Amino acid sequence: MRAAPYWLSVPAFLLYGVLMAVPLAMTCLLSLDRFSATEGIVPAYSLANYAAVLADPYYQQIYLRTLWIALVTTVASLLIGTPEAWIISRLQPRWRGICLLAVLGPLLISVVVRTLGWTILLAREGLLNQALLGVGLVSRPVELLYTQTGIVIALVHVLVPFMVIAVWTALQRLDPAGEMAALSLGASKAAVFFRIVLPQIVPGVLSGSLIVFSLAASAFATPALIGGRRLKVAATAIYDEYLFTLDWPTGAALAILLLAGVLAIVALWGRFLERRDRMRG
Amino acid sequence: MRRNGLLALGFHAVFLAFMLGPLAVVALVAFTPEGYLSLPIHGPSLRWFRAILDYPDFIASFWTSVELGLASASLAAVLVVPAALGIGRYSFAGRGAFLALMMSPLMVPAVVLGVGLLRFLSLFGLQGTFVGLVLCHAMIVGPYVLRMLLAVVAGVDRNIEKAAASLGASALVIFRRVTFPMLAAGLVGGWVLAFVASFDELTVTIFVSSPQVTPLPIRLFSHIAETTDPLAASVSAVIMGVSTVLLILLDRCYGIDRLFSGGGR
Repeated sequence: MRAAPYWLSVPAFLLYGVLMAVPLAMTCLLSLDRFSATEGIVPAYSLANYAAVLADPYYQQIYLRTLWIALVTTVASLLIGTPEAWIISRLQPRWRGICLLAVLGPLLISVVVRTLGWTILLAREGLLNQALLGVGLVSRPVELLYTQTGIVIALVHVLVPFMVIAVWTALQRLDPAGEMAALSLGASKAAVFFRIVLPQIVPGVLSGSLIVFSLAASAFATPALIGGRRLKVAATAIYDEYLFTLDWPTGAALAILLLAGVLAIVALWGRFLERRDRMRG
Repeated sequence: MRRNGLLALGFHAVFLAFMLGPLAVVALVAFTPEGYLSLPIHGPSLRWFRAILDYPDFIASFWTSVELGLASASLAAVLVVPAALGIGRYSFAGRGAFLALMMSPLMVPAVVLGVGLLRFLSLFGLQGTFVGLVLCHAMIVGPYVLRMLLAVVAGVDRNIEKAAASLGASALVIFRRVTFPMLAAGLVGGWVLAFVASFDELTVTIFVSSPQVTPLPIRLFSHIAETTDPLAASVSAVIMGVSTVLLILLDRCYGIDRLFSGGGR
């Protein structure tokens, strides 16, 4: 009986050991090799690729841009996703189900399709510019396609459902009696939200932010289609290195740096959450 | 009764417009009769849906994606069911690490997985083959099956299995006639979710596919990267149709909020 869980785990362990752990290890090793235009990939066992990437202003800019886009996307998702989850939770049950479906449903639709919608909307002659010009908010079309703003708008659309679901889950555990008590004692609706509801759903907000951040930092399709060839982020830079420059060792170093960056931020965030929980006892 | 104020409902309306607007635009543009991207002002036309038939590449890619989804969701289910029973019922050394390993495709950036798998599969000549894609997708969609199954395993009453054993049923019969039927609900949901995840997967797949085996998202991505014409919109509308049917199915059976809580891609 003691061996049972191990036997049960063997098939899945083989799949994940072989297709997750081994390729990751191979990417680490590959990043230590040297790329030569004539000989291809040459074993070198040095950190030269990392030194070159980290010292290159071109890559520095790409990583800073990736970080910035991920941060802005996370903050924007937090600011609009949290109140939206709260509003949905207060709708009548019939509408609640429909609205939840409308907000979370897009997660099941390909990111390429959702991004295509934004390339149509954000284009120079697109609907958004026509509307802005029509209302008279702007006198010239705003450049949104191929800009960071455009990437952030589309990424918020792609990722905000994760924020809504995280906050929604936290809201489900909330005891409505607390709100009722505050209201009966004369608190305003705003006071109820900020002083009763918000403090209790902070864990949901923080875990939602973490998911949105890590997905935004590693996003590929949306920055590739909205940002075009010039406005690169980490994921699209790695793609170009592998499939166009064919410099796999540098691409591997870029990938390991992205992985390390995302994991470091996730770990720090986790520590912060734990500390917070412990302090509250 | 707790009610939303006018301001809250206004915000809600804007939010819904933001979420559904881009999808609605794609669906509307797909019905344009014009040769360029525009809203169908001169009446809806099926011109661009018919045009899909003139592009055998898109048709082939659609079927590749369907076969890939069926194969990888099924493979993931077969491998993950025993693991879910192991993780859900026993506490054993390495359990936490094993669970983390199986959930890791949701944490590791897809592009990092993609480059690792490209290198790995190239060594065995599996890069760009259907078999290679099925293996990669089975790993990527495994966490979805696992999450649904773990929720079900926790709720299974083990006394029923003990009762079957005391009545003389063999281990195989117990699994086939008692345990498996109780897991079936979670398994079907996990399988459908895994199929959708595979059908939509782009970032890993773009590294391990080839011109001979190109799933639909890759075909569409390359098409849009070159030009955005109404054909991209009509293909997208077809994808949205497939996803929406599966979405409504999943929502009816499980509730949409339970599918995604706990994070994911």
